[in-house]
Amino acid sequence: MAQKKLNWQEFFIPRLIKASGYSAILFVALIFFFLLREGLPALTEVKLGDLFAVRWYPIESHFGILPLITGSLIVTLGAMLIAIPFGIGTAVFMSEIAPRWLREILKPLVELLGGLPSVVLGFLGILVLSPYLRVFLDLPTGLTALAGALLLGGIAVPTIVSIAEDALDAVPYSYREGAWAMGATRWQTIWRVTLPAARSGVLTAIMLGVGRTIGETMAVMMVTGNAPVLAIALTSLFHPVRTMTATIAAEMGEVANGSVHYHVLFFIGLVLFLISLVVNVTASSVVFKSKKRAERVLS
Amino acid sequence: MTLSAIIHPMRYARIIISLLVILLTACAVPAGGGSGQSSSQPQTTAYIENKGSDTIVNLALAWAETYQGARPDVRISVTGGGSGTGLAALINGTVDIANASRQIKQEELDQARANGVEPVEFIVARDAIAVIVHPDNPVSRLTLRQLSDIYSGKINNWTEVGGEDRPIVRLSRETNSGTHVYFLETVIRLGDKTNTTLFSMDTLLLPSSEGIINEVRQNPNAIGYDGLGYVPDDLKIIAVAEAEGGPYVLPGISTVNDKSYPVARDLYMYTAGQPAGAVKDYLDWILSSEAQAIVAELGFVPILADAP
Repeated sequence: MAQKKLNWQEFFIPRLIKASGYSAILFVALIFFFLLREGLPALTEVKLGDLFAVRWYPIESHFGILPLITGSLIVTLGAMLIAIPFGIGTAVFMSEIAPRWLREILKPLVELLGGLPSVVLGFLGILVLSPYLRVFLDLPTGLTALAGALLLGGIAVPTIVSIAEDALDAVPYSYREGAWAMGATRWQTIWRVTLPAARSGVLTAIMLGVGRTIGETMAVMMVTGNAPVLAIALTSLFHPVRTMTATIAAEMGEVANGSVHYHVLFFIGLVLFLISLVVNVTASSVVFKSKKRAERVLS
Repeated sequence: MTLSAIIHPMRYARIIISLLVILLTACAVPAGGGSGQSSSQPQTTAYIENKGSDTIVNLALAWAETYQGARPDVRISVTGGGSGTGLAALINGTVDIANASRQIKQEELDQARANGVEPVEFIVARDAIAVIVHPDNPVSRLTLRQLSDIYSGKINNWTEVGGEDRPIVRLSRETNSGTHVYFLETVIRLGDKTNTTLFSMDTLLLPSSEGIINEVRQNPNAIGYDGLGYVPDDLKIIAVAEAEGGPYVLPGISTVNDKSYPVARDLYMYTAGQPAGAVKDYLDWILSSEAQAIVAELGFVPILADAP
């Protein structure tokens, strides 16, 4: 009896696990295929020069997606400028400096922050942050890329903190002891030993943060003003922008299936997909390299 | 020892599988419920799906509530999303009635016909588009031409229209909004079909009426527009003149009905083919004086001359 059960399990469970593992690949492939199928017709329906133009006004067939790409990039860049130092600083504090009891309180709180729906943050942004920014910086309007970057920074921080802290925590204590024994200060230990040792995990944290930021929709749609203006100067941070995600979210509901506008929206989705693919591939290749070097040092 | 350790994971597997089964059945029930119910209980409950223009959504909700109060056998679900969204849903066959604050476009009509749907149009109410500014803004009247120049980006400072030295922040609804299209055609292009002026590129496209009202309420630089029924009392409504030197008119029921306020339009409902059954009864009721009284209550303009 028992033997029979065992056999059944041995046959079934590993395959189930294998299947769920492969399913991730399958789903990504299917999504990519779907995006290609729905997005690529845009390239034949709209001239390439018109597609990469600076005017986005789909109801009059102006399908220039450059403002949307630059809008997404500037908001993401701004968010990362805020989230990376802040997130890694928090992670370092929690893992290296804070006493045990404080860490036990901080960690669940940060994770709770990560679970906050972005729509709630959007409300805060529209009611508190953007009016404040307008008065404080004397801008024409507070609904700007900066407001979006600040909110997205806030959204990315918990992701970065949580993963970076785990990575720092996994660095063997003997590394720190070794550094201290050689007379390194606490700061030198953190900056020269612990952080480099946890580099791959910290980079993963940053990349996941970037991914979270560039794909975020709701909060951005509420606070960036959604004006499709080309954002190439640094001052664009203080002007309204329109991101790719907000465009898809705002317009996908309206388009008729199979129209040019529909295909262009999918094309934007494809661009978004490719951007996050590039980010991920770069990240993993960097992580891969750094692992090799660490292995070399250890051997 | 080892055996019990191995059996444990199997229990988990059972739990997981039973959870999956529960999940699947839970998903299946509401999906099948909509179609199953009408066949199992014939004629007791009629469902009407009503979707579209955010301008009309409050009005449609008020109608639906009143109508369901009098006719408990009818269930009406009302959602917004924009005129384009509602019409797209009608074309795709997912709603019974589409609300629209603009007329159906030719391309939408073509798509509907390609899908085997013949949209039928009903004018259900009228609406005035109010141009709104912050209450502290000294500007209280503008001509259509000035509005057009503001929104197309030719006028960028309030001093040019007699206000303070402040930049103008233009607010608009998203492009899927019927109000947006109407404003573009009637105000920015001044009703001229050959005119191809567009919204200035830096016009803020906000996803909701609420977003526009919120920004106008707190930003003295802003100018926005919205259906009259949505404008709260604490914002300033601009009086609009059709031409230079003409009378400046504030939007209201009387000025819309005598056509002196230039930025007013009809509101529509579309059905797929000539309505029948519950949908027809509902539309007939909407055109009655009882339903049109609700129109006036909500700040829209009733279509019946004899309605209050």
